[in-house]
Amino acid sequence: MIPISTVEAAAYDAMCKAAIEIPDDYLTGLKALVATEQGDLSHFVLEAMLENYEAAKADRRAMCADTGVPRYYVKSGNEAVIEGGFVAIEEALRSACARATHDVPLRPNRVHPLSRHDNNNNVGLNAPEIEYSFEPDTDWIEITTVHKGGLFGTDYRMLFPADGVDGIKRFFLDAIIAFGKRGLACQPAIIGIGLGGSKDTCMVLGKQAACLRAVGEANPDPEVAKLEAELKDLGNSVGMGAMGFVGSSMVVDCHIECGFTHTGGMPISIHAFCLSSRRATARIYANGSVQLRSEPNWFTPYMRRNEISWPQVEKSKKSA
Amino acid sequence: MAASGKIQKVRLNAPIADSDIAALEIGQVVYLDGLIYTGREGVYNRVLAEGKAPPVDLKTLTNVNFHCSPAAAKDTDGSFRVGAVTATASFRFSKWLPRWFAETGCKVIIGKGGMSSSDYQSAFVPAGAIYLTTVGYGTGALLGRGIKKVEAAHWLDELGVAQAMWVLRVENFGPLLVESDLQGRSLFEENNAEVNDKIAKLYDGLKAPSLSRYGETDDKTKELI
Ligand code: SF4
Repeated sequence: MIPISTVEAAAYDAMCKAAIEIPDDYLTGLKALVATEQGDLSHFVLEAMLENYEAAKADRRAMCADTGVPRYYVKSGNEAVIEGGFVAIEEALRSACARATHDVPLRPNRVHPLSRHDNNNNVGLNAPEIEYSFEPDTDWIEITTVHKGGLFGTDYRMLFPADGVDGIKRFFLDAIIAFGKRGLACQPAIIGIGLGGSKDTCMVLGKQAACLRAVGEANPDPEVAKLEAELKDLGNSVGMGAMGFVGSSMVVDCHIECGFTHTGGMPISIHAFCLSSRRATARIYANGSVQLRSEPNWFTPYMRRNEISWPQVEKSKKSA
Repeated sequence: MAASGKIQKVRLNAPIADSDIAALEIGQVVYLDGLIYTGREGVYNRVLAEGKAPPVDLKTLTNVNFHCSPAAAKDTDGSFRVGAVTATASFRFSKWLPRWFAETGCKVIIGKGGMSSSDYQSAFVPAGAIYLTTVGYGTGALLGRGIKKVEAAHWLDELGVAQAMWVLRVENFGPLLVESDLQGRSLFEENNAEVNDKIAKLYDGLKAPSLSRYGETDDKTKELI
């Protein structure tokens, strides 16, 4: 059984790491854009960002003072056993969020939407969000934290089948240009796109595509992967770079996640994971050991399964 | 490869002398030493709408107003630890600025994203004020490094951590980019104009949408299909 104190400590460590250390995959993607950036101002901004990541790590301070809205994603192995169960996990994650907010420090960004009341610890009604997924045939549990900033960079539109890829590109350009001006989206960003599903699924998939896939990781469906590459190039050819200055650094990577949708529609959402693309994952093994990393590996084959049954589940049932 | 080395860097003392302000050109990079204070809607509202006197005499303190809420935590001994600082989008505060400049002697706004040209012409130019934008905008750690001391945190109880007036002693605080100058030229708008020229081309060949949306037009009598 995994002790609940281990879960709390791992969630706390992941939250501190996410706030301070830029993920390597994002850094590699950003450096590739810096190498080809021709705009003097955009180039200067990106170099300042590279220096900023170094300063954050060296001083152990948050890379950006707007530490976004910290939240958690839990992936539980089907055989994982946790002391106190899932109710205990939720309490542990809320406690870790409050502790990290004080210790890093993170900005207490979470307020009541009307009264603007702030508990000063990033915990409150429905905060931090905790989303779940499961993984067959394993007994570890993974806690991923994401601190997504950005009041700017998200949009949703109901397209129709006849709109096709042109409609997707039009929506993509509309959003990129709107949020790219003056750099409101703090680009270059990882652009996540949710395609299909119902409206809520479409938003969730797009957000997860932006925040929970490593830069360089393509969608396993070759058609979708091709569209990802096309949109990335399209975004970088708009003529805007960092802060909206003339340049070519807009999209570090583009990730699309799809869900089966109503036959008459093609809902789409877009999300920009900014220059402070903060995420970290802690895997807690059944023996209580913990491993921290920055790639979430959220979209496993099991998550993207397409058929009614999952072959490995069948297998493990038979052997039981 | 671009030559960001071409960009000119200057280091100035805050409060910033009128002659220093006059010499700045858009696109230059500025680093500051001295005193700055944070103030955003909470402070503006308290002073300008509610008529409360500012908690310190800003005219003698400094002429640099930073649109920002620091990530700060109060330690058990009552002192403050500032980790990172990042500016907040300034365009929301334009209605307050003419009176703010007049009543406090503020001449320099540091923020995120700049203001519109019309704000520069109507409020900044007459007051002899300019706008410096933070960079990135996520350079929170670098800016945090530049803060040497929290000199005071005014109106913490009344306005909360995010809206309080933080008086900060800074050293080599930056990088900041000169976004507007004394003539009211805007770096962002000059860049936008260049980007805008190419935008229509991006949509060439994309077929029209099946369904339009209000927002693209303000005429609610128009058919969308
Ligand atoms: S969008 Fe990202 S980089 Fe920009 S201020 Fe917000 S958290 Fe920081």
